[in-house]
Amino acid sequence: MTQKLPVYYDSSKRRIPLVAEFRELMRYRELLTLLIANSIKTRYKRSALGVLWTMLNPLLYMSVMVIAFSTLFRFKIPHYPVYLLAGLIAWNFFSQTTTQAMNTLIWGGSLLKKIYLPRTIFAVAAVGNGIINLLLACIPLVIIMLCTGQPIYATWWFLPIAILILSAVSLGFALIVSMIAVFFADIIELYQILLQALFYLTPIMYPESILPPFIQRFLVINPVYDVVKVFRTPIYEGHLPSAFSLSAGLVSAFLVLLIGWWFFTRRADQIAYRI
Amino acid sequence: MIEINNVTVNYKLASERIHSFKEYMISKLKRKIKYEYFHALKNVSLEVKAGEVFGLIGDNGAGKSTLLKVIARVLRPSTGRVRLHGRVFPLLELGAGFDMELTGRENIYLNSAILGFKKADVKSRFDHMVSFAGLEEFIDTPVRNYSTGMISRLGFAIATDIQPEVLIIDEVLSVGDADFQRRSGERIQKFCAGGTTVILVSHDLETIGKMCGRAGWLHHGEIKKIGAVSEVISDYEEFQ
Repeated sequence: MTQKLPVYYDSSKRRIPLVAEFRELMRYRELLTLLIANSIKTRYKRSALGVLWTMLNPLLYMSVMVIAFSTLFRFKIPHYPVYLLAGLIAWNFFSQTTTQAMNTLIWGGSLLKKIYLPRTIFAVAAVGNGIINLLLACIPLVIIMLCTGQPIYATWWFLPIAILILSAVSLGFALIVSMIAVFFADIIELYQILLQALFYLTPIMYPESILPPFIQRFLVINPVYDVVKVFRTPIYEGHLPSAFSLSAGLVSAFLVLLIGWWFFTRRADQIAYRI
Repeated sequence: MIEINNVTVNYKLASERIHSFKEYMISKLKRKIKYEYFHALKNVSLEVKAGEVFGLIGDNGAGKSTLLKVIARVLRPSTGRVRLHGRVFPLLELGAGFDMELTGRENIYLNSAILGFKKADVKSRFDHMVSFAGLEEFIDTPVRNYSTGMISRLGFAIATDIQPEVLIIDEVLSVGDADFQRRSGERIQKFCAGGTTVILVSHDLETIGKMCGRAGWLHHGEIKKIGAVSEVISDYEEFQ
Protein backbone atom coordinates (compact mmCIF):
# COMPACT_ATOMS: atom_id res chain seq x y z
CA MET A 1 0.00 0.00 0.00
CA THR A 2 1.33 3.42 -0.85
CA GLN A 3 1.22 5.99 1.89
CA LYS A 4 -1.84 8.19 2.10
CA LEU A 5 -1.08 11.79 1.26
CA PRO A 6 -2.88 14.61 3.03
CA VAL A 7 -5.75 16.32 1.23
CA TYR A 8 -4.15 18.88 -1.03
CA TYR A 9 -7.24 20.33 -2.59
CA ASP A 10 -10.92 20.10 -1.81
CA SER A 11 -13.22 21.80 -4.29
CA SER A 12 -16.05 22.07 -1.78
CA LYS A 13 -13.95 23.91 0.77
CA ARG A 14 -13.88 27.55 -0.01
CA ARG A 15 -12.11 29.65 2.46
CA ILE A 16 -13.01 33.28 2.05
CA PRO A 17 -11.74 33.91 -1.52
CA LEU A 18 -10.40 37.24 -0.34
CA VAL A 19 -7.88 35.58 1.97
CA ALA A 20 -7.33 32.31 0.12
CA GLU A 21 -6.29 34.10 -3.05
CA PHE A 22 -3.70 36.09 -1.16
CA ARG A 23 -2.17 32.94 0.27
CA GLU A 24 -2.08 31.32 -3.15
CA LEU A 25 -0.37 34.38 -4.55
CA MET A 26 2.30 34.15 -1.86
CA ARG A 27 2.84 30.51 -2.80
CA TYR A 28 3.44 31.56 -6.42
CA ARG A 29 5.64 34.55 -5.61
CA GLU A 30 8.53 33.15 -7.65
CA LEU A 31 6.31 33.13 -10.72
CA LEU A 32 5.26 36.67 -9.89
CA THR A 33 8.82 37.97 -9.85
CA LEU A 34 9.54 36.09 -13.08
CA LEU A 35 6.52 37.60 -14.83
CA ILE A 36 7.66 41.07 -13.81
CA ALA A 37 11.29 40.46 -14.79
CA ASN A 38 10.30 38.93 -18.11
CA SER A 39 8.01 41.74 -19.18
CA ILE A 40 10.74 44.25 -18.38
CA LYS A 41 13.23 42.12 -20.28
CA THR A 42 11.12 41.65 -23.40
CA ARG A 43 10.23 45.31 -23.38
CA TYR A 44 13.78 46.56 -23.43
CA LYS A 45 15.62 43.77 -25.16
CA ARG A 46 14.38 44.48 -28.64
CA SER A 47 14.49 48.23 -28.78
CA ALA A 48 17.79 49.82 -29.68
CA LEU A 49 17.39 52.64 -27.19
CA GLY A 50 16.62 50.15 -24.45
CA VAL A 51 15.96 51.54 -21.00
CA LEU A 52 16.64 55.01 -22.32
CA TRP A 53 13.35 54.92 -24.14
CA THR A 54 11.23 54.83 -20.96
CA MET A 55 12.95 57.95 -19.82
CA LEU A 56 12.85 59.68 -23.15
CA ASN A 57 9.20 58.98 -23.73
CA PRO A 58 7.76 61.17 -20.94
CA LEU A 59 10.40 63.79 -21.67
CA LEU A 60 9.37 64.15 -25.32
CA TYR A 61 5.72 64.13 -24.38
CA MET A 62 6.34 66.76 -21.77
CA SER A 63 8.26 69.00 -24.18
CA VAL A 64 5.36 68.98 -26.61
CA MET A 65 2.91 69.82 -23.87
CA VAL A 66 5.07 72.55 -22.42
CA ILE A 67 5.41 74.22 -25.80
CA ALA A 68 1.72 73.83 -26.56
CA PHE A 69 0.33 74.89 -23.24
CA SER A 70 2.60 77.67 -22.18
CA THR A 71 1.82 79.48 -25.43
CA LEU A 72 -1.79 78.43 -25.93
CA PHE A 73 -3.20 78.86 -22.45
CA ARG A 74 -1.62 81.41 -20.28
CA PHE A 75 -1.89 79.94 -16.86
CA LYS A 76 0.75 80.81 -14.40
CA ILE A 77 2.38 77.77 -12.94
CA PRO A 78 5.94 78.25 -11.82
CA HIS A 79 8.18 75.41 -12.92
CA TYR A 80 5.46 74.08 -15.18
CA PRO A 81 7.59 71.21 -16.61
CA VAL A 82 8.07 69.77 -13.13
CA TYR A 83 4.39 70.14 -12.28
CA LEU A 84 3.45 68.44 -15.52
CA LEU A 85 6.00 65.65 -15.44
CA ALA A 86 5.33 64.68 -11.83
CA GLY A 87 1.62 64.49 -12.60
CA LEU A 88 2.22 62.57 -15.80
CA ILE A 89 4.35 59.96 -14.07
CA ALA A 90 1.58 59.23 -11.59
CA TRP A 91 -1.03 59.23 -14.33
CA ASN A 92 0.97 56.92 -16.59
CA PHE A 93 1.35 54.51 -13.73
CA PHE A 94 -2.40 54.31 -13.30
CA SER A 95 -3.32 54.09 -16.96
CA GLN A 96 -0.55 51.66 -17.92
CA THR A 97 -1.01 49.21 -15.08
CA THR A 98 -4.78 49.00 -15.47
CA THR A 99 -4.50 48.55 -19.24
CA GLN A 100 -1.72 46.00 -18.94
CA ALA A 101 -3.61 44.01 -16.32
CA MET A 102 -6.55 43.82 -18.69
CA ASN A 103 -4.48 42.67 -21.65
CA THR A 104 -2.41 40.14 -19.74
CA LEU A 105 -5.47 38.56 -18.16
CA ILE A 106 -6.90 38.00 -21.62
CA TRP A 107 -3.53 36.59 -22.72
CA GLY A 108 -3.12 34.55 -19.57
CA GLY A 109 -6.68 33.34 -19.88
CA SER A 110 -5.63 30.69 -22.36
CA LEU A 111 -3.20 29.49 -19.74
CA LEU A 112 -5.80 29.59 -16.97
CA LYS A 113 -7.90 27.20 -19.05
CA LYS A 114 -5.16 24.62 -18.90
CA ILE A 115 -3.50 24.92 -15.55
CA TYR A 116 -4.27 26.31 -12.15
CA LEU A 117 -2.66 29.62 -11.24
CA PRO A 118 -3.69 32.28 -8.77
CA ARG A 119 -5.84 34.42 -11.01
CA THR A 120 -4.84 37.76 -9.52
CA ILE A 121 -1.22 37.17 -10.51
CA PHE A 122 -1.48 39.04 -13.81
CA ALA A 123 -2.85 42.24 -12.29
CA VAL A 124 -0.32 42.15 -9.45
CA ALA A 125 2.50 41.61 -11.96
CA ALA A 126 1.26 44.60 -13.97
CA VAL A 127 1.51 46.78 -10.87
CA GLY A 128 4.98 45.47 -10.06
CA ASN A 129 6.01 46.25 -13.60
CA GLY A 130 4.51 49.73 -13.25
CA ILE A 131 6.52 50.45 -10.11
CA ILE A 132 9.77 49.69 -11.95
CA ASN A 133 8.78 51.91 -14.86
CA LEU A 134 7.82 54.67 -12.45
CA LEU A 135 11.18 54.55 -10.71
CA LEU A 136 12.93 54.76 -14.08
CA ALA A 137 10.77 57.71 -15.07
CA CYS A 138 11.90 59.56 -11.94
CA ILE A 139 15.39 59.84 -13.39
CA PRO A 140 14.45 62.32 -16.15
CA LEU A 141 12.31 64.14 -13.61
CA VAL A 142 15.32 64.75 -11.42
CA ILE A 143 17.32 65.85 -14.47
CA ILE A 144 14.60 68.35 -15.41
CA MET A 145 14.49 69.66 -11.85
CA LEU A 146 18.22 70.15 -11.79
CA CYS A 147 18.15 71.87 -15.18
CA THR A 148 15.27 74.21 -14.40
CA GLY A 149 16.52 75.09 -10.95
CA GLN A 150 13.56 73.63 -9.08
CA PRO A 151 14.80 72.60 -5.65
CA ILE A 152 14.70 68.89 -4.77
CA TYR A 153 12.88 68.93 -1.47
CA ALA A 154 13.53 66.73 1.50
CA THR A 155 9.91 65.65 1.19
CA TRP A 156 10.96 63.15 -1.46
CA TRP A 157 11.26 60.68 1.39
CA PHE A 158 7.48 60.54 1.29
CA LEU A 159 7.42 59.04 -2.22
CA PRO A 160 7.45 55.38 -1.14
CA ILE A 161 4.19 56.02 0.74
CA ALA A 162 2.79 57.85 -2.27
CA ILE A 163 3.74 54.91 -4.51
CA LEU A 164 2.08 52.53 -2.08
CA ILE A 165 -1.17 54.51 -2.28
CA LEU A 166 -0.85 54.75 -6.05
CA SER A 167 -0.30 50.98 -6.31
CA ALA A 168 -3.25 50.14 -4.09
CA VAL A 169 -5.66 52.28 -6.12
CA SER A 170 -4.29 51.06 -9.44
CA LEU A 171 -4.44 47.41 -8.40
CA GLY A 172 -8.01 47.82 -7.21
CA PHE A 173 -9.09 49.32 -10.52
CA ALA A 174 -6.94 46.89 -12.53
CA LEU A 175 -8.72 43.96 -10.92
CA ILE A 176 -12.15 45.40 -11.62
CA VAL A 177 -11.59 46.36 -15.26
CA SER A 178 -9.70 43.18 -16.11
CA MET A 179 -12.51 41.03 -14.71
CA ILE A 180 -15.07 43.00 -16.71
CA ALA A 181 -12.90 42.55 -19.81
CA VAL A 182 -13.11 38.77 -19.35
CA PHE A 183 -16.85 39.04 -19.80
CA PHE A 184 -17.02 41.82 -22.36
CA ALA A 185 -14.12 42.11 -24.77
CA ASP A 186 -15.18 45.53 -26.07
CA ILE A 187 -14.48 47.02 -22.65
CA ILE A 188 -10.81 47.24 -23.63
CA GLU A 189 -11.57 49.89 -26.24
CA LEU A 190 -14.21 51.59 -24.16
CA TYR A 191 -11.78 51.83 -21.28
CA GLN A 192 -9.24 53.70 -23.42
CA ILE A 193 -11.88 56.33 -24.17
CA LEU A 194 -12.80 56.58 -20.49
CA LEU A 195 -9.13 56.96 -19.61
CA GLN A 196 -8.77 59.78 -22.11
CA ALA A 197 -11.74 61.59 -20.59
CA LEU A 198 -10.45 61.02 -17.08
CA PHE A 199 -7.08 62.42 -18.07
CA TYR A 200 -8.59 65.71 -19.17
CA LEU A 201 -10.77 65.87 -16.08
CA THR A 202 -7.78 65.53 -13.78
CA PRO A 203 -5.57 68.55 -13.10
CA ILE A 204 -2.38 67.20 -14.66
CA MET A 205 -1.73 69.54 -17.57
CA TYR A 206 -3.48 72.48 -16.00
CA PRO A 207 -3.70 73.94 -12.50
CA GLU A 208 -6.64 73.02 -10.34
CA SER A 209 -7.58 76.68 -10.03
CA ILE A 210 -8.67 77.08 -13.66
CA LEU A 211 -11.56 74.70 -13.13
CA PRO A 212 -14.88 76.41 -12.42
CA PRO A 213 -15.85 75.98 -8.76
CA PHE A 214 -18.78 73.68 -9.46
CA ILE A 215 -16.50 71.26 -11.31
CA GLN A 216 -13.87 71.49 -8.59
CA ARG A 217 -16.39 70.03 -6.19
CA PHE A 218 -16.62 66.94 -8.39
CA LEU A 219 -12.89 66.32 -8.16
CA VAL A 220 -13.62 64.48 -4.92
CA ILE A 221 -15.17 61.61 -6.86
CA ASN A 222 -12.35 61.47 -9.39
CA PRO A 223 -10.41 58.41 -8.25
CA VAL A 224 -7.13 59.51 -9.82
CA TYR A 225 -7.15 63.08 -8.59
CA ASP A 226 -6.08 62.23 -5.05
CA VAL A 227 -3.36 59.82 -5.99
CA VAL A 228 -1.87 62.19 -8.54
CA LYS A 229 -1.82 64.89 -5.90
CA VAL A 230 -0.33 62.67 -3.22
CA PHE A 231 2.52 61.88 -5.59
CA ARG A 232 3.01 65.39 -6.97
CA THR A 233 2.75 67.50 -3.83
CA PRO A 234 5.97 66.36 -2.12
CA ILE A 235 7.91 66.71 -5.37
CA TYR A 236 6.49 69.96 -6.61
CA GLU A 237 5.36 71.89 -3.59
CA GLY A 238 7.83 70.56 -1.10
CA HIS A 239 5.35 69.87 1.67
CA LEU A 240 3.56 66.75 2.76
CA PRO A 241 -0.13 66.21 2.27
CA SER A 242 -2.00 67.23 5.42
CA ALA A 243 -2.55 64.52 8.00
CA PHE A 244 -6.23 64.56 7.15
CA SER A 245 -5.85 64.17 3.40
CA LEU A 246 -3.14 61.58 3.90
CA SER A 247 -5.27 59.40 6.13
CA ALA A 248 -8.26 59.90 3.85
CA GLY A 249 -6.07 58.93 0.90
CA LEU A 250 -4.73 55.83 2.63
CA VAL A 251 -8.16 54.68 3.76
CA SER A 252 -9.79 55.22 0.38
CA ALA A 253 -6.87 53.61 -1.48
CA PHE A 254 -7.13 50.45 0.56
CA LEU A 255 -10.89 50.50 0.31
CA VAL A 256 -10.57 50.57 -3.49
CA LEU A 257 -8.06 47.73 -3.33
CA LEU A 258 -10.32 45.71 -1.05
CA ILE A 259 -13.36 46.24 -3.28
CA GLY A 260 -11.33 45.33 -6.40
CA TRP A 261 -9.86 42.26 -4.73
CA TRP A 262 -13.28 41.15 -3.52
CA PHE A 263 -14.92 41.82 -6.90
CA PHE A 264 -12.23 39.84 -8.70
CA THR A 265 -11.79 36.86 -6.40
CA ARG A 266 -15.54 36.36 -6.11
CA ARG A 267 -15.73 35.80 -9.86
CA ALA A 268 -12.31 34.26 -10.43
CA ASP A 269 -13.69 30.73 -10.76
CA GLN A 270 -15.73 31.81 -13.76
CA ILE A 271 -12.73 32.89 -15.84
CA ALA A 272 -11.98 29.38 -17.08
CA TYR A 273 -15.63 29.03 -18.07
CA ARG A 274 -15.62 32.29 -19.99
CA ILE A 275 -12.42 32.88 -21.90
CA MET B 1 -5.72 9.51 -4.38
CA ILE B 2 -8.45 11.34 -6.25
CA GLU B 3 -12.02 11.35 -4.99
CA ILE B 4 -14.78 12.68 -7.18
CA ASN B 5 -18.25 12.73 -5.70
CA ASN B 6 -21.34 13.58 -7.72
CA VAL B 7 -19.57 16.20 -9.77
CA THR B 8 -21.67 18.21 -12.18
CA VAL B 9 -20.28 20.92 -14.42
CA ASN B 10 -22.70 23.30 -16.06
CA TYR B 11 -21.69 25.71 -18.72
CA LYS B 12 -24.00 28.68 -18.93
CA LEU B 13 -24.76 29.41 -22.54
CA ALA B 14 -26.59 32.56 -23.44
CA SER B 15 -29.02 31.86 -26.26
CA GLU B 16 -26.80 33.96 -28.44
CA ARG B 17 -23.30 34.07 -27.10
CA ILE B 18 -22.69 37.54 -25.85
CA HIS B 19 -19.17 38.80 -25.86
CA SER B 20 -19.52 42.53 -25.92
CA PHE B 21 -20.90 44.99 -23.48
CA LYS B 22 -22.86 46.70 -26.24
CA GLU B 23 -24.68 43.52 -27.22
CA TYR B 24 -25.28 42.73 -23.58
CA MET B 25 -26.94 46.08 -22.91
CA ILE B 26 -29.05 45.83 -26.05
CA SER B 27 -30.30 42.35 -25.26
CA LYS B 28 -30.83 43.30 -21.65
CA LEU B 29 -32.99 46.23 -22.69
CA LYS B 30 -34.94 44.00 -25.01
CA ARG B 31 -35.08 41.41 -22.23
CA LYS B 32 -33.86 38.86 -24.66
CA ILE B 33 -31.20 37.05 -22.68
CA LYS B 34 -32.12 33.47 -22.04
CA TYR B 35 -29.59 31.23 -20.50
CA GLU B 36 -29.37 27.61 -21.33
CA TYR B 37 -27.26 25.23 -19.39
CA PHE B 38 -25.02 22.73 -20.99
CA HIS B 39 -24.20 19.87 -18.69
CA ALA B 40 -20.65 18.94 -19.52
CA LEU B 41 -20.58 16.49 -16.61
CA LYS B 42 -23.54 14.99 -14.84
CA ASN B 43 -23.19 13.41 -11.39
CA VAL B 44 -19.84 11.87 -12.01
CA SER B 45 -18.41 9.86 -9.16
CA LEU B 46 -15.06 8.22 -9.38
CA GLU B 47 -12.23 7.17 -7.14
CA VAL B 48 -8.68 6.73 -8.29
CA LYS B 49 -6.43 5.15 -5.72
CA ALA B 50 -2.90 6.22 -4.98
CA GLY B 51 -0.46 4.68 -7.43
CA GLU B 52 -3.17 3.57 -9.82
CA VAL B 53 -3.04 4.14 -13.58
CA PHE B 54 -6.55 4.99 -14.61
CA GLY B 55 -7.76 5.36 -18.19
CA LEU B 56 -10.59 7.55 -19.43
CA ILE B 57 -12.29 6.79 -22.71
CA GLY B 58 -15.29 8.13 -24.58
CA ASP B 59 -16.33 9.91 -27.74
CA ASN B 60 -15.42 13.48 -28.54
CA GLY B 61 -17.42 15.84 -26.36
CA ALA B 62 -18.19 13.17 -23.80
CA GLY B 63 -16.67 15.29 -21.05
CA LYS B 64 -13.23 13.73 -20.71
CA SER B 65 -11.37 17.02 -20.97
CA THR B 66 -13.84 18.72 -18.64
CA LEU B 67 -13.24 16.00 -16.08
CA LEU B 68 -9.50 16.50 -16.39
CA LYS B 69 -9.93 20.23 -15.91
CA VAL B 70 -11.94 19.64 -12.77
CA ILE B 71 -9.17 17.42 -11.43
CA ALA B 72 -6.50 19.93 -12.46
CA ARG B 73 -8.33 22.63 -10.42
CA VAL B 74 -8.91 24.67 -13.57
CA LEU B 75 -12.68 24.40 -13.32
CA ARG B 76 -14.48 24.36 -10.03
CA PRO B 77 -17.42 21.96 -10.27
CA SER B 78 -20.89 23.51 -10.26
CA THR B 79 -21.99 20.93 -7.71
CA GLY B 80 -20.30 17.98 -6.12
CA ARG B 81 -16.89 17.58 -4.67
CA VAL B 82 -13.37 16.87 -5.80
CA ARG B 83 -10.70 15.94 -3.32
CA LEU B 84 -7.09 15.47 -4.20
CA HIS B 85 -4.45 13.90 -2.05
CA GLY B 86 -1.17 15.14 -3.41
CA ARG B 87 -0.24 17.75 -5.98
CA VAL B 88 -1.56 17.38 -9.48
CA PHE B 89 0.63 17.97 -12.51
CA PRO B 90 -1.29 18.33 -15.70
CA LEU B 91 0.48 17.34 -18.86
CA LEU B 92 -2.10 18.99 -21.03
CA GLU B 93 -0.89 20.88 -24.05
CA LEU B 94 2.86 20.89 -24.02
CA GLY B 95 4.36 24.28 -24.52
CA ALA B 96 1.37 26.14 -23.10
CA GLY B 97 2.72 29.05 -21.12
CA PHE B 98 5.89 29.47 -23.12
CA ASP B 99 6.86 33.02 -23.90
CA MET B 100 8.00 32.98 -27.51
CA GLU B 101 10.24 36.03 -27.08
CA LEU B 102 12.28 34.44 -24.31
CA THR B 103 15.04 31.88 -24.71
CA GLY B 104 14.71 28.21 -23.89
CA ARG B 105 16.64 28.80 -20.69
CA GLU B 106 14.34 31.59 -19.52
CA ASN B 107 11.31 29.54 -20.49
CA ILE B 108 12.46 26.61 -18.37
CA TYR B 109 12.35 28.87 -15.33
CA LEU B 110 9.05 30.46 -16.36
CA ASN B 111 7.33 27.18 -17.12
CA SER B 112 8.65 25.58 -13.94
CA ALA B 113 7.29 28.48 -11.92
CA ILE B 114 3.91 28.09 -13.64
CA LEU B 115 3.95 24.45 -12.59
CA GLY B 116 4.81 25.55 -9.07
CA PHE B 117 8.40 24.30 -8.82
CA LYS B 118 10.88 26.14 -6.67
CA LYS B 119 13.62 28.03 -8.44
CA ALA B 120 16.38 26.40 -6.42
CA ASP B 121 15.17 22.93 -7.43
CA VAL B 122 14.96 23.94 -11.06
CA LYS B 123 18.51 25.19 -10.98
CA SER B 124 19.84 21.85 -9.84
CA ARG B 125 17.74 19.91 -12.35
CA PHE B 126 18.31 22.31 -15.23
CA ASP B 127 20.97 20.36 -17.15
CA HIS B 128 18.99 17.17 -16.78
CA MET B 129 15.92 18.76 -18.37
CA VAL B 130 17.91 20.22 -21.23
CA SER B 131 19.66 16.99 -22.05
CA PHE B 132 16.41 15.00 -21.90
CA ALA B 133 14.89 17.41 -24.39
CA GLY B 134 18.08 17.23 -26.46
CA LEU B 135 18.31 21.01 -26.73
CA GLU B 136 21.81 21.73 -25.42
CA GLU B 137 22.76 23.69 -28.52
CA PHE B 138 19.61 25.79 -28.68
CA ILE B 139 18.96 26.57 -25.04
CA ASP B 140 19.90 30.23 -25.40
CA THR B 141 17.91 30.72 -28.61
CA PRO B 142 14.51 32.42 -28.42
CA VAL B 143 11.73 29.84 -28.41
CA ARG B 144 10.09 31.51 -31.39
CA ASN B 145 12.84 29.91 -33.50
CA TYR B 146 12.06 26.43 -32.17
CA SER B 147 10.16 23.84 -34.16
CA THR B 148 6.89 22.47 -32.74
CA GLY B 149 8.68 19.24 -31.92
CA MET B 150 11.37 21.07 -29.96
CA ILE B 151 8.76 22.99 -27.99
CA SER B 152 6.86 19.88 -27.00
CA ARG B 153 10.08 18.09 -26.11
CA LEU B 154 11.09 20.94 -23.82
CA GLY B 155 7.58 21.12 -22.34
CA PHE B 156 7.61 17.40 -21.62
CA ALA B 157 11.09 17.52 -20.12
CA ILE B 158 10.12 20.33 -17.74
CA ALA B 159 6.83 18.82 -16.61
CA THR B 160 8.15 15.32 -16.01
CA ASP B 161 11.60 15.92 -14.62
CA ILE B 162 10.65 14.84 -11.14
CA GLN B 163 8.22 12.13 -10.33
CA PRO B 164 4.86 13.80 -9.69
CA GLU B 165 2.33 12.63 -7.12
CA VAL B 166 -0.58 12.84 -9.55
CA LEU B 167 -0.10 13.11 -13.29
CA ILE B 168 -2.78 13.95 -15.82
CA ILE B 169 -2.07 13.01 -19.41
CA ASP B 170 -4.30 14.15 -22.24
CA GLU B 171 -3.18 12.61 -25.54
CA VAL B 172 0.38 13.81 -25.36
CA LEU B 173 2.25 10.58 -25.61
CA SER B 174 3.12 11.08 -29.24
CA VAL B 175 5.61 13.95 -29.10
CA GLY B 176 8.67 14.35 -31.22
CA ASP B 177 10.48 11.76 -33.25
CA ALA B 178 10.47 8.01 -32.71
CA ASP B 179 13.41 8.15 -30.33
CA PHE B 180 11.86 10.80 -28.13
CA GLN B 181 8.52 8.97 -28.16
CA ARG B 182 10.24 5.87 -26.88
CA ARG B 183 12.05 7.78 -24.13
CA SER B 184 8.97 9.72 -23.04
CA GLY B 185 6.91 6.53 -23.05
CA GLU B 186 9.53 4.86 -20.87
CA ARG B 187 9.50 7.77 -18.46
CA ILE B 188 5.72 7.62 -18.07
CA GLN B 189 5.90 3.89 -17.54
CA LYS B 190 8.54 4.39 -14.87
CA PHE B 191 6.21 6.82 -13.09
CA CYS B 192 3.33 4.34 -13.33
CA ALA B 193 5.49 1.62 -11.84
CA GLY B 194 6.92 3.97 -9.26
CA GLY B 195 3.71 4.91 -7.44
CA THR B 196 2.49 7.97 -9.31
CA THR B 197 -1.26 8.22 -9.65
CA VAL B 198 -1.91 8.64 -13.34
CA ILE B 199 -5.04 9.60 -15.22
CA LEU B 200 -4.69 8.95 -18.89
CA VAL B 201 -7.06 10.14 -21.58
CA SER B 202 -6.64 8.77 -25.05
CA HIS B 203 -8.53 7.73 -28.12
CA ASP B 204 -5.95 5.07 -28.60
CA LEU B 205 -7.61 2.12 -26.90
CA GLU B 206 -4.53 -0.01 -27.33
CA THR B 207 -2.40 2.38 -25.26
CA ILE B 208 -5.09 2.56 -22.59
CA GLY B 209 -5.37 -1.22 -22.51
CA LYS B 210 -1.63 -1.63 -22.18
CA MET B 211 -0.97 0.99 -19.53
CA CYS B 212 -4.03 1.12 -17.31
CA GLY B 213 -5.40 -1.20 -14.69
CA ARG B 214 -8.86 0.25 -14.53
CA ALA B 215 -10.72 2.57 -16.83
CA GLY B 216 -13.85 4.69 -16.96
CA TRP B 217 -16.08 5.31 -19.94
CA LEU B 218 -17.74 8.69 -20.21
CA HIS B 219 -20.76 9.17 -22.41
CA HIS B 220 -22.57 12.51 -22.76
CA GLY B 221 -21.14 13.69 -19.48
CA GLU B 222 -22.10 10.62 -17.52
CA ILE B 223 -20.12 7.65 -16.35
CA LYS B 224 -21.33 4.67 -18.33
CA LYS B 225 -19.00 2.12 -16.87
CA ILE B 226 -16.08 1.83 -14.50
CA GLY B 227 -14.11 -1.34 -14.11
CA ALA B 228 -11.20 -3.45 -15.26
CA VAL B 229 -9.74 -1.92 -18.36
CA SER B 230 -10.41 -4.90 -20.67
CA GLU B 231 -14.12 -5.00 -19.76
CA VAL B 232 -14.61 -1.27 -20.20
CA ILE B 233 -12.87 -1.27 -23.57
CA SER B 234 -14.82 -4.27 -24.89
CA ASP B 235 -18.12 -2.70 -23.76
CA TYR B 236 -17.14 0.56 -25.41
CA GLU B 237 -16.19 -1.14 -28.66
CA GLU B 238 -19.40 -3.12 -28.65
CA PHE B 239 -21.43 0.03 -28.15
CA GLN B 240 -19.96 1.69 -31.20
